[in-house]
Amino acid sequence: MKTLIKSGRVVDPANNIDEKLDLLIVDGKIAEVAPNIDAGDVEVINAAGLIVTPGLIDIHVHLRDPGLEYKEDIISGTRAAAAGGVTSVACMPNTSPVNDNLAITRYIINKAQEQGTANVYPIGCITKGLKGEILAEMGELKEGGCVGFSDDGLPVKDGEMMRRALEYANTFGAPVISHAEDLSLVAGGCMNEGSISTELGLKGIPSVAEDAMTARDIMLSELTGARLHMAHVSTRGSVELVRQAKARGVRVTCEATPHHFMQTDEAIRGYSANFKMNPPLRSREDLEAVRAGLADGTIDAIATDHAPHHIDEKNVEFAIAMNGVVGLETMLPLTLQLVADKVLTLNQAVALVTCRPAAVLGLDRGTLSVGAVADVTLINPNKEWTVDAQKLLSKSKNTSFNGQKMKGYAVRTLLAGKTVFER
Amino acid sequence: MDFKQKHILGIENLTAEELTFILDSAESFKEISTRNIKKVPTLRGKTIINLFFEASTRTRTSFEIAGKRLSADTVNISASGSSVVKGETLEDTAKNIEAMHPDIIVMRHNASGACQYLAERLDCSIINAGDGMHEHPSQALLDAFTIRQHKGKIAGLTVAIVGDITHSRVVRSNIYCLNKLGARVRIAGPGTMLPPGIDKLGCEVFNNLEDAIRDADVVMMLRIQRERQGATLIPSVREYSRFFGLNEAKLKLAKPDAIVMHPGPINRGVEMASSVVDGPQNVILDQVENGVAVRMALLYLVSGGDSLQND
Repeated sequence: MKTLIKSGRVVDPANNIDEKLDLLIVDGKIAEVAPNIDAGDVEVINAAGLIVTPGLIDIHVHLRDPGLEYKEDIISGTRAAAAGGVTSVACMPNTSPVNDNLAITRYIINKAQEQGTANVYPIGCITKGLKGEILAEMGELKEGGCVGFSDDGLPVKDGEMMRRALEYANTFGAPVISHAEDLSLVAGGCMNEGSISTELGLKGIPSVAEDAMTARDIMLSELTGARLHMAHVSTRGSVELVRQAKARGVRVTCEATPHHFMQTDEAIRGYSANFKMNPPLRSREDLEAVRAGLADGTIDAIATDHAPHHIDEKNVEFAIAMNGVVGLETMLPLTLQLVADKVLTLNQAVALVTCRPAAVLGLDRGTLSVGAVADVTLINPNKEWTVDAQKLLSKSKNTSFNGQKMKGYAVRTLLAGKTVFER
Repeated sequence: MDFKQKHILGIENLTAEELTFILDSAESFKEISTRNIKKVPTLRGKTIINLFFEASTRTRTSFEIAGKRLSADTVNISASGSSVVKGETLEDTAKNIEAMHPDIIVMRHNASGACQYLAERLDCSIINAGDGMHEHPSQALLDAFTIRQHKGKIAGLTVAIVGDITHSRVVRSNIYCLNKLGARVRIAGPGTMLPPGIDKLGCEVFNNLEDAIRDADVVMMLRIQRERQGATLIPSVREYSRFFGLNEAKLKLAKPDAIVMHPGPINRGVEMASSVVDGPQNVILDQVENGVAVRMALLYLVSGGDSLQND
């Protein structure tokens, strides 16, 4: 089985490639990347005018499967991924039951392999039941296919537990992914604390709730020498803490979401729960700091924190609505927007959704190197379109970008050489 | 003037002209309450539902009397606790009520934004009778009406508001209202009760009562909720009262003819000494009286009335 992708602009930051080339796929692997490949009688995909990148990687999604299939499942979630040009996702363990045991890990991997349209890499729990009390069996979970550990949605409150988690996960070469939030400082808040929360009369969450926990976890990583990844950094303070830590050689990486580099807490005027997520939309200053962190490399990955919720969980008073927004189908154009805004070069932007997130979790994906698995995304970078929540392939429609104009989308997504999405 | 607002969700989205128009309209309605027969047929055939998700005596009664004096049929619903506790969503509760064709729903709810939420989903008029920590527009209007009654004007006055600013919807509505009508607003309270960025709404922020009320024309004291003591906001009611309570001695710092206001209910001896509550400068019961007139004006105006017919 051979496929030739002809005349596209191949952007493969892992190999420092950005030029018009052909790409030959043989038996699901990249066989050749070169100008004017003549492969004889093969399936030819004309990519003239398109950008050809490694399949995109989103290392922070909630697939809600098992147990919460009314919000999303592995089939709908990976279809949404493919439509967004995303070929690999790492899924968080706060399902029902949670992914703190091998049976759940195997269920996720098997279902994704049998029925999914993207690679699914499970993240296991740090602690059993996400309770913060007893370490999960990380060794066995890693063996079973988990690529990292997180109690995402909840912080590991106890300092010693986090220390031991880092040490233990490091034994098996897996990073701990920290959802940094000091709940005593959150104190029931439901949006970023600042002049907007004061105006709206909604209880605020100070940015220091994130900063303080980020500082603790970085220091624990420094103490233990263990790999730490900070999920969804959203504040000026936490970006700066990661920047300083990296400069000292701490083994820390971090990610940022498109909503945190595109939207601020001002969007909450009007009280729509589609702007409610955790961490919350922050101030303009924080948004600029996240963008600066993306530009200077402090931030290693763009990840969506794709968090599907049923309409009934969102169509309520702001303070009691669930946290989270879907993101898989808008990640690509919002990442490209950073190029249009001159925050990133195209090469940097593609790296932030391919090889760099792959490096964070040690995935053998995110490049178009010869011999690599042929996960490939074909992008029309100029296509203008408007987000219509009802047309999203995700089961849930809770996007914070409904009705907004986007530029660029995936026109074809290949998973191991096989087309899983096309428009 | 043509009053175009279908809802009264907050003072923030009303213009100075509209606010003045509401106050002027209220003047015409005030007289009705002093008649022997306190009723005009203005809203005959209209149905008003007072939908209260939080306990309220003063505001609910005031809206009810206002509706009845205009000959509307008023119905009170007290929904205890949040809609979620009851197992029905706010939208479903409201839609069920709307199916009975009310003309106006007057709502109080513990969630900020709840009235806007309703206005986006229902066809009838919504009047906000207090939403969470957000706004309480009829209170700010009756306060402005009372200030105007005693001072003859609002523009140029200095109004000091003291208490738990963070949790007060009365403060937010008052800051918007007084600014739009040309007054200067000062606020004061312990640091734990001053929310970040409150100055951006249009007020000067003080950490002590004395500086805030010095030479003020109006001193407005807020109720301090006893359940806040001992938590993280104040150590004790006793200490709060010592530093932020108003007594006769402190009141002397304000202008000699300053008026003292309170949205009620009052904790005597906490935010205000009894001697001030009952003292010559208090206008607290005028506020309550004026509340009925202001609410009559609001009910009338959102019903599409633009010219007054006093019978």
